[in-house]
Amino acid sequence: MLGESSARPHRDRGDGRALPTYPMITFLIRRLATTIFLLIVVSIITFGIFFLIPRLAGQNSYELAAQYVGRNPTRSAILQMEAKLGFNEPLVVQYWNFLKGIVFGAHYNDGPSQTYCPPPCFGYSFRSQQPVWPQMVAALPITVSIAIGAAILWLVGGVAVGVLSALRRGSIFDRFSMGAALAGVSLPIFFTGLISLELFSYKWSLFPNVQFVAFTANPLLWARNLVLPWITLAITYAALYARLTRAGMLETMNEDFIRTARAKGLPERTVVLRHGLRAALTPILTIFGMDLGLLLGGAVIVENTFSMPGLGQFTILAIQNQDFPEIQGVVMLAAFFIVVANMLVDVLYAVVDPRVRAS
Amino acid sequence: MAMLEVHDLHVQFKTDDGLVKAVDGLSFSLDRGRTLGIVGESGSGKSVTSLSIMGLSRGSGTEITGQILLDGEDLVSAKPERVRQLRGSKMAMIFQDPLSALHPYYTVGFQITEAYRVHNKVSRQVARKRAVDLLGRVGIPHPAGRVDDYPHQFSGGMRQRAMIAMALSCDPELLIADEPTTALDVTVQAQILDLIVDLQAEFGSAVVIITHDLGVVAEIADEVLVMYAGRVAEAGTATDLFTQPGHPYTWGLLGSMPRLDAARIERLRPIPGTPPSLINVPAGCPFHPRCTYQAQATGGRCDADIPELREITLGHRVACHLSRGKQQEIWLRLQAPGELAESPVPTEPVAPADPVDLAEPVVPVESAAQAETGE
Repeated sequence: MLGESSARPHRDRGDGRALPTYPMITFLIRRLATTIFLLIVVSIITFGIFFLIPRLAGQNSYELAAQYVGRNPTRSAILQMEAKLGFNEPLVVQYWNFLKGIVFGAHYNDGPSQTYCPPPCFGYSFRSQQPVWPQMVAALPITVSIAIGAAILWLVGGVAVGVLSALRRGSIFDRFSMGAALAGVSLPIFFTGLISLELFSYKWSLFPNVQFVAFTANPLLWARNLVLPWITLAITYAALYARLTRAGMLETMNEDFIRTARAKGLPERTVVLRHGLRAALTPILTIFGMDLGLLLGGAVIVENTFSMPGLGQFTILAIQNQDFPEIQGVVMLAAFFIVVANMLVDVLYAVVDPRVRAS
Repeated sequence: MAMLEVHDLHVQFKTDDGLVKAVDGLSFSLDRGRTLGIVGESGSGKSVTSLSIMGLSRGSGTEITGQILLDGEDLVSAKPERVRQLRGSKMAMIFQDPLSALHPYYTVGFQITEAYRVHNKVSRQVARKRAVDLLGRVGIPHPAGRVDDYPHQFSGGMRQRAMIAMALSCDPELLIADEPTTALDVTVQAQILDLIVDLQAEFGSAVVIITHDLGVVAEIADEVLVMYAGRVAEAGTATDLFTQPGHPYTWGLLGSMPRLDAARIERLRPIPGTPPSLINVPAGCPFHPRCTYQAQATGGRCDADIPELREITLGHRVACHLSRGKQQEIWLRLQAPGELAESPVPTEPVAPADPVDLAEPVVPVESAAQAETGE
């Protein structure tokens, strides 16, 4: 028996279930390698968009550099910028420097002096002449606050409504909530957001003076001011998740293993939650990861509606100002969130569904 | 009193197409330590009967009348909560396809301990020991090492063994096996049947085995119930059924079973036609449209009167208008070599039913039943 247990790589968690350890670790390593590869691909594409495509369109390095200098630049200023940003070097070297800047930081030669841009360096903003990264870092907590809070709301709310609808298929509750879900999906955020601002903030003053307050500064105020953005954003997603959960639960509750669970004499609550929902939740997790990853790159409309200077606002401003380094940085960051969210979902999938680990 | 007594059981489902009479006036009883085989094609009501006993066919559109007495306690009128307490503890069920019947996300051990702990207030450690012990008893090698495996890491036969271990976790007095060997390899089928026989001898429970395979019945059943269109066509001991069957449908089932002791040149004789829709059950004997012996029944009542279940010998009952004499005469003639090949063919062309695999869903009753229980 000893030989048997040592031959099988199990680690007992003491609750009658075990985690096969080795397949999980190889799975993690494999998935991590894919993620890094994906990030490199993203960096190549981003680099291509900002440095290669202008060349292919006929711009030379001088004209490219001209866009990085202020209005009505002198020829020497442009040449200096061209040398500083290394536009006259071979493309491979330029890409390498771009990567190196992100990972190790970059040294810019300003002629007499050198400026050091600490990692991850996405260059200097045209607008503020400041490194891009700290600006994004400043905007990030706002977007994260909005996205995570809303995500918890819509996941819990959507799944709960979906489960109840599925269990009471055809009931008044089911019809009402699915109707509301359809409305929720259809209503744009800039509409519901403005309505809620008008009613709850201006008219009834339930949430007066909505603006972002750092969590560290005042957690209560932070939460109070975020209630409206959270609900506005969550409604759209919750509607979708309710419909998805309902469909998934209807399918799962017809599975043979649900009949087995009932045949064991389990209480209906256990049958629904432990056996039904657990299986129905897996595909929803996938979409949840993608949605959250996407949102973290900037909750553009909500941030705009509620005037919260998060990554979404940052992006809009960067585009309006044609601020290449800023756009570049935000694209890389958004891509990073999506790729990492996808990886986490895959890992979570393997934790949830033991069959994934084997394949 | 018998362990299980079913009196005049009716199970009906309301569907969009009409009322499905899945079980229509079924009665039987079963003693402790005995094995009852319920035989019939898909849609004969055998699965619905077993699910009704377990209280798993309840649903918004389901209507159950009659009595199901488990040790004298009526399950039809009992509160759902009471039936739930009995499920898994006093009566347990094994399903057809162990891969889909086991939850893919939980270990085999967890699923067994879950069944045990819902009816017994014991710690996880105690339940786990019980699971290992049960897995060993159903013949899983190295049970302590396999208890934390997931169902997909088990072979088909092992999964069915795990299902059996789960069903036996609370020492049920009644074990219902719904086609327990259908999804398994032939060699594994025999092992699983042997296992059920052994465990029954050990636990002394009553066993109901639902099957369309008469070979399974011949191997383990003491008594047999042949069902057709939700009614009993013939009931008796296994010996009665195989040596002196009295119902044309039973003859058909026996004739469509491949036999190794018969000459190869003999062809299987499928029962012509398909099982009737349970929404529009034929008037009279439900089997009469497929029966080739109507002309020999006295008075030609087959398409008008429903035949009553008559006792022809002690404990052997047949629902057929043919006289006992005719039944014996025809059965003897059917067994004579050569006679089999030229058994009468019905005049109207009907699609022959698949002789071996009767599991093809012909009438949507079983899926309707599942949809109901899934609500």
